[in-house]
Amino acid sequence: MDSTVEIRWHGRGGQGAKTAALLFGEAALSLGKNIQAFPEYGPERMGAPVASFNRISSLPITLHCSITSPNIVIVLDPTLMETVDVTAGLPADGLIIVNTKDCPADIRKKLQLRGGKVFTVDASGISKETIGRDIPNTPLMGALVKASGLLPIDSMIKDTEEKLKKKFASKPEVIKGNLAAIRRAYNEVIGE
Amino acid sequence: MSKVVARTGNEAMAEAMRQINPDVVAAYPITPATEIVMIFAKYVADGLVDTNFVAVESEHSAMSACVGASATGARVMTGTSSQGLCLMYEILPIAAALRLPIVMCDVNRAISGPINIHCDHSDTMAARDFGWLQIFSEDSQEAYDSLIQAIRIAEDPRVHLPTMVTTDGFIISHCLDRIEIVEDKEVKEFIGGDRKAANSLLDVKKPVSVGLLDLQDYYFEHRLPVAEAMKNSKKVILEVAEEFAKKFGRKYGLYEGYKLDDAEIAIVALGSTCGTAKVVIDELRAKGIKAGMLKIRVFRPFPAEEIAQALANVKAVAVLDRSDMWAGQGGQVFTEIRSALFEAVKKPQLLNYIYGLGGREIDQPMLRSVFTALQSAEKQPLVQYLGVRE
Repeated sequence: MDSTVEIRWHGRGGQGAKTAALLFGEAALSLGKNIQAFPEYGPERMGAPVASFNRISSLPITLHCSITSPNIVIVLDPTLMETVDVTAGLPADGLIIVNTKDCPADIRKKLQLRGGKVFTVDASGISKETIGRDIPNTPLMGALVKASGLLPIDSMIKDTEEKLKKKFASKPEVIKGNLAAIRRAYNEVIGE
Repeated sequence: MSKVVARTGNEAMAEAMRQINPDVVAAYPITPATEIVMIFAKYVADGLVDTNFVAVESEHSAMSACVGASATGARVMTGTSSQGLCLMYEILPIAAALRLPIVMCDVNRAISGPINIHCDHSDTMAARDFGWLQIFSEDSQEAYDSLIQAIRIAEDPRVHLPTMVTTDGFIISHCLDRIEIVEDKEVKEFIGGDRKAANSLLDVKKPVSVGLLDLQDYYFEHRLPVAEAMKNSKKVILEVAEEFAKKFGRKYGLYEGYKLDDAEIAIVALGSTCGTAKVVIDELRAKGIKAGMLKIRVFRPFPAEEIAQALANVKAVAVLDRSDMWAGQGGQVFTEIRSALFEAVKKPQLLNYIYGLGGREIDQPMLRSVFTALQSAEKQPLVQYLGVRE
């Protein structure tokens, strides 16, 4: 991986798109990659469409412009596909990962996407079962690792565990749930 | 020993502040600099620093408190941005005239109006004539490194001037990036213990008065040393940078030349844009186009002779200003460079682009278009606005 991989996360305010980008960036850094993670700063309201971004590279990253042609797009909320052009700038060999119960073929049809690879995973369902709430961001990190092959899953989960331990020191059940969610989404994501 | 961590620009600056462990911090929150002081306030609450944190009711009060504290001989830091910096303007020249080495984390942001929270350099550029040293950063690493160096530079007896270290709002302040941080004790060693103030309000054996009325008879003589100190500071900045490079391996100067030595066309820029420009220059070089860049790190003192020399053999240069002087003849960096080149025997043809106001995107295609224009610089207007709708 000599060239930089660019990732765009689409979510709604409060769903954790920013946190996912930060956690994934930190995990990639601890596995020796150069990273950037940044949110798009706009109307930061609960429920409003938001985006966040990653750059991951084996070489130093000096670009400081926006990401307009991401290699990978992740959609945290499938209803965003109705209002936001989630495939904007996605190249012919790009990947899109959607949190949905639908199969990749249906999503491909919905997005009228010819090229690229489409992956789907029921991240909301997984997070409800493992974390107890609809927090699709951490399971989608697992799906991202599977779909992209950017990082080894076990190391990524280990690093995320350390980060979550700091954040949720008083809630060990949250950490356990999140790690289980990542692992399940890694195993359950399907693509075509 | 340094360690690699992920930090945003704001986190990197707060980390450097923790390691510097200033005696006093007085600050008021403002986007996008809020986090710096917020994180630092937590360090204070958690007892990780010995700092006396003064929560004030405005930036005007913040800088006033900094001046008072620094006059007692304390090591003083603050952080602000945009309108907050504007509210400090009244006090900034007082800090310089009193020769108080206050160090500020300044996050570059547009100034109102209309209200805008995003990056440009208008706030910092408008503060350029107040006797503060100004150091710009391309990324979080540079901000962290320069903040540590700033303490040494500001407090050097040959300088004794306040210093601001800037990052670009959101682009750097809120971007998580890979940075190397050094150990607390190494920072402590580098800074060299407590501040040694020449005069202190608290020194009863050597009483001094500060902030007096000074009219036609002596005001001029008492302002002039600021100019002298500003001139001296160039040497000190380079000495401190050299020592920093020896200890920590990262080299800094007054400016950075990127593929500039044999460049035929080049841009001059400051801050985060320089990182994106490096990628564009690499692409152009791969196509055989001799493109380069002069990245200004230190804007005050302005390294006029050094820049004139570095640009002497370039055919055409575009100066990129992320602010406008609204004077109808280009931006602040452009006018400085144009002036610096006036006496030069060999000098490039100059163009000026004002860009990125209020956080307007500056991307690779836009930078490429500047280099394309430089290939026929003689046909271009002197000053242009880049990336703005007509």
